[in-house]
Amino acid sequence: MSNTYYDPKDLRKFGKISEWNSELGDKFFDWYGAVFKEGALSAREKSLIALAVSHTVQCPYCIDAYTKDALERGISKEEMMEAVHVSGAIRGGASLVHSVQMMNKVEKLSM
Amino acid sequence: MATKSLSARKNSLSDPKNQLKYLENGLFADGELPRFSQKLSLQNALPLRPVAIDIFQVNVGYMCNQVCSHCHVDAGPDRKEIMTRETMQQCLDLLAKTGAHTLDLTGGAPEMNPDFEWFVEQAAKVGVKDFIVRSNLTILVANKKYHHLPEFFAKHNVHVVSSLPFYNRERTDKQRGDGVFAKSIEALKLLNAQGYGQEGSGLILDLVYNPSGAFLPGDQKALENDFKKALKEDFDIDFNELFTITNLPISRFLEYLVASDNYEDYMTALVDAFNPSAVDGVMCKNTLSVSWDGYLFDCDFNQMLDLPVAAKSRHISEVDLDELLNRNIVISQHCYGCTAGAGSSCQGSTT
Repeated sequence: MSNTYYDPKDLRKFGKISEWNSELGDKFFDWYGAVFKEGALSAREKSLIALAVSHTVQCPYCIDAYTKDALERGISKEEMMEAVHVSGAIRGGASLVHSVQMMNKVEKLSM
Repeated sequence: MATKSLSARKNSLSDPKNQLKYLENGLFADGELPRFSQKLSLQNALPLRPVAIDIFQVNVGYMCNQVCSHCHVDAGPDRKEIMTRETMQQCLDLLAKTGAHTLDLTGGAPEMNPDFEWFVEQAAKVGVKDFIVRSNLTILVANKKYHHLPEFFAKHNVHVVSSLPFYNRERTDKQRGDGVFAKSIEALKLLNAQGYGQEGSGLILDLVYNPSGAFLPGDQKALENDFKKALKEDFDIDFNELFTITNLPISRFLEYLVASDNYEDYMTALVDAFNPSAVDGVMCKNTLSVSWDGYLFDCDFNQMLDLPVAAKSRHISEVDLDELLNRNIVISQHCYGCTAGAGSSCQGSTT
């Protein structure tokens, strides 16, 4: 038995999530496919958003999948790392902006 | 990166039989992935049959000035297999008989064959519609004896198809060796100066992109736009079309996949990307490949796997065209490379 929760090979089995509920699984994959089609945003832009969000949600499968997708699209390392910094900046900003709450509370409780 | 061929390194993968063991066993033997033949039979495309001989592809030798890490030919400076003038003449004779509209010279670096220029001059007289020479670019600036080749190509109206894995130095040099990008740019400028890739010149310069790693090529048109923009802005270089070619799990690319523990994921990606509509456009249906020593194959990849045509006449000295047109095409799991995604051939995507 595997002694880690994540196995890279499980990514290949993503499609199998439909096996226990094909109705919802199929709907998900149809929707997923439609989301990534060329639209008001290009497929390339969507790929970079997906890469950044993969880091935000810290999904190792998504990071593997969208790193590869970025390479296939000819996206450069520089672009990839900048996208991850956007993810990091929002995460860091989300913590820091809460410090306003902290500061407010300090003000309220202090004489 | 290796500086010698698998053959010179006495690597076990230099023997095609050992490559075929990978392609026939493992994931495919234990049923985790379907064999290519199973996929074809699901759409009644088995046996795979030729429809014509439109493209006559001649491999004039495995010698090359580069040792690219993805090379399916295992080409390099240490390879001595070179087509003789006698075999070239047999190729010309057969070319005329087949009525093929395209002659495609490949290698190795075809320019390194000592009879290359003689062959080009003779072949130009046959008058095929499209006469392709696959040039790795760096050979054109490698040595003085090759410096006149851009002019020579232009004189014979040769269609130049050149490999350039990426439009920046880092990804190109990683695959093809240090300094290759700079030399390739220099060679492209020389070709442009002859009129290649310039509107109205009639001289065609196409580029070949193949991924520099264990991933599939992206959309051909999107990559072509990126290449055109970057090469124009950064180097003022023009070219006609970009062909995206999928790396097949053969020879040095197979060695890389196995050594980097990417083989299983890559084969899974190829199988997952199987596109039923790409089967109609596979190049083996209208191509005949000739090796340096005159043997006949369904494609250059089968040539490297030593899988000759399934016909009694397997050598250029004893060709029976009717029999060849009625052969079954020889397949294995490497064929998934030509049916993945938008399809792949020596002329780029096929769908």
